[in-house]
Amino acid sequence: MVHLGTNILFAGNNFVRLLEGLWTTVWIAICALIIGLILGTGLGILRTSKNRPVRILLRLYLEFFRIVPSVVLLFLFYYILPRQLNLNLPAEQMAVLAFALWVAAEFSDIVRGALISVPQHQKESGLALGLNGWQLFRYVLLPQALVLELPATINLATRVVKTTSLLMLISVMDVINIGQQIIEANRQTYPNGIFWIYGIIFLFYFIVDYPLSLWARRLAAKQH
Amino acid sequence: MPEQILKIDKLNKYYGQHQVLYDISFEIQKGEVVALLGPSGSGKSTLIRCLNGLEQFQSGFLFFGGKQITPQEKNWPQLRQKIGMVFQSYDLFPNLSVLDNILLGPLKVQKRQRAEATAEALKLLQRVGLEKYAEVYPRQLSGGQKQRVAIVRALALHPELMLFDEVTASLDPEMVRGILEIIRELSERDNMTMIIVTHEMNFAAQIADRILFLEEGRILEQTPGKEFFQHAKTQRAREFLESMTF
Repeated sequence: MVHLGTNILFAGNNFVRLLEGLWTTVWIAICALIIGLILGTGLGILRTSKNRPVRILLRLYLEFFRIVPSVVLLFLFYYILPRQLNLNLPAEQMAVLAFALWVAAEFSDIVRGALISVPQHQKESGLALGLNGWQLFRYVLLPQALVLELPATINLATRVVKTTSLLMLISVMDVINIGQQIIEANRQTYPNGIFWIYGIIFLFYFIVDYPLSLWARRLAAKQH
Repeated sequence: MPEQILKIDKLNKYYGQHQVLYDISFEIQKGEVVALLGPSGSGKSTLIRCLNGLEQFQSGFLFFGGKQITPQEKNWPQLRQKIGMVFQSYDLFPNLSVLDNILLGPLKVQKRQRAEATAEALKLLQRVGLEKYAEVYPRQLSGGQKQRVAIVRALALHPELMLFDEVTASLDPEMVRGILEIIRELSERDNMTMIIVTHEMNFAAQIADRILFLEEGRILEQTPGKEFFQHAKTQRAREFLESMTF
């Protein structure tokens, strides 16, 4: 009897389960990004403030999340928070929390960089029109900073999507974890299943991330 | 009796320990055009920037419309509506169309009605020959066009005093004339009070009622425009004028 390797993808409800896993992945990434971008905007604005202790504190926050590997972050949140702080959340929500704080840290640096790279002349010509501090920020600095930071933000989004592949380590049923289960359950029937399953997962990630990457590249090209 | 708009009395400015303006005193009456001349680094731009709060000064007095203004004035946003300023580098906001650049001040700062402010903005654009460019973005304009929009943007707030800081210095030579014509017309038709920092000696000679000649942060002489160019009082000013002509 001839086995087609690709059949593993469609045996039972395998394909639907993989799509569900992909949805978990995308959903966690989107939640983390939304929370992280909002929080990161606030932190980024604070990082341009004149208050030195605030700037140092936020700098430490950024460096912590930048230096600690994502795996370690996930374990910290998954194993240590519940025990030490008695904070018990489902793994998915823990993942969103950990990723959101990471995104906020990275994005605060993007926002800060964009804000300080709006030329001094722009601020002065805004002031010369009688704009107050808030109006200057709202109508002159922020819109220009948004344009400057968009490519870096999209790149950050693609990194977040990729990094969700670590979620299986804290037992989140993301696309990788489900793929792994399917492979193991079908080891006898489809010895080459691993090739097809990871092939399709590769395709999934590509379909999610590549348009983002293209978009970032086009925006970056437009700015130069 | 002429109405005094601005009076500066013994203004001193430092950057840290380094003094850049020394005991600057002068007055300007309504409708008067004053040109600040002097070699590079003499403090012309610093002085004009003190007059709308972009630079702070450490001692001396500044009166606008008879009211004293402190260097750390909290009311600068309000005062700046009456003291328009145009810069060398135009500094239009790249994310806004020409019309929105002009409307930002009237709508957000002065809270005027959009319809009325737009009508006025279009009229001002027409006056500088740019009525077709209302919806265009700054990057699509030439330097001279950008500078004309910057002037309109300042005028839209109905200033009582206009400050021009080397507004033609970064323009191509063939663009300079158009800008100078607009400034001249502002003086002749609208009787606008203006302080102009410029290196265009012919222009200053034609338009300025009075010349303030600065060197190393001091006003060396204040002379009526025509007289300054025919026989300046100080040796230093005569040398300066000579160095500016072929």
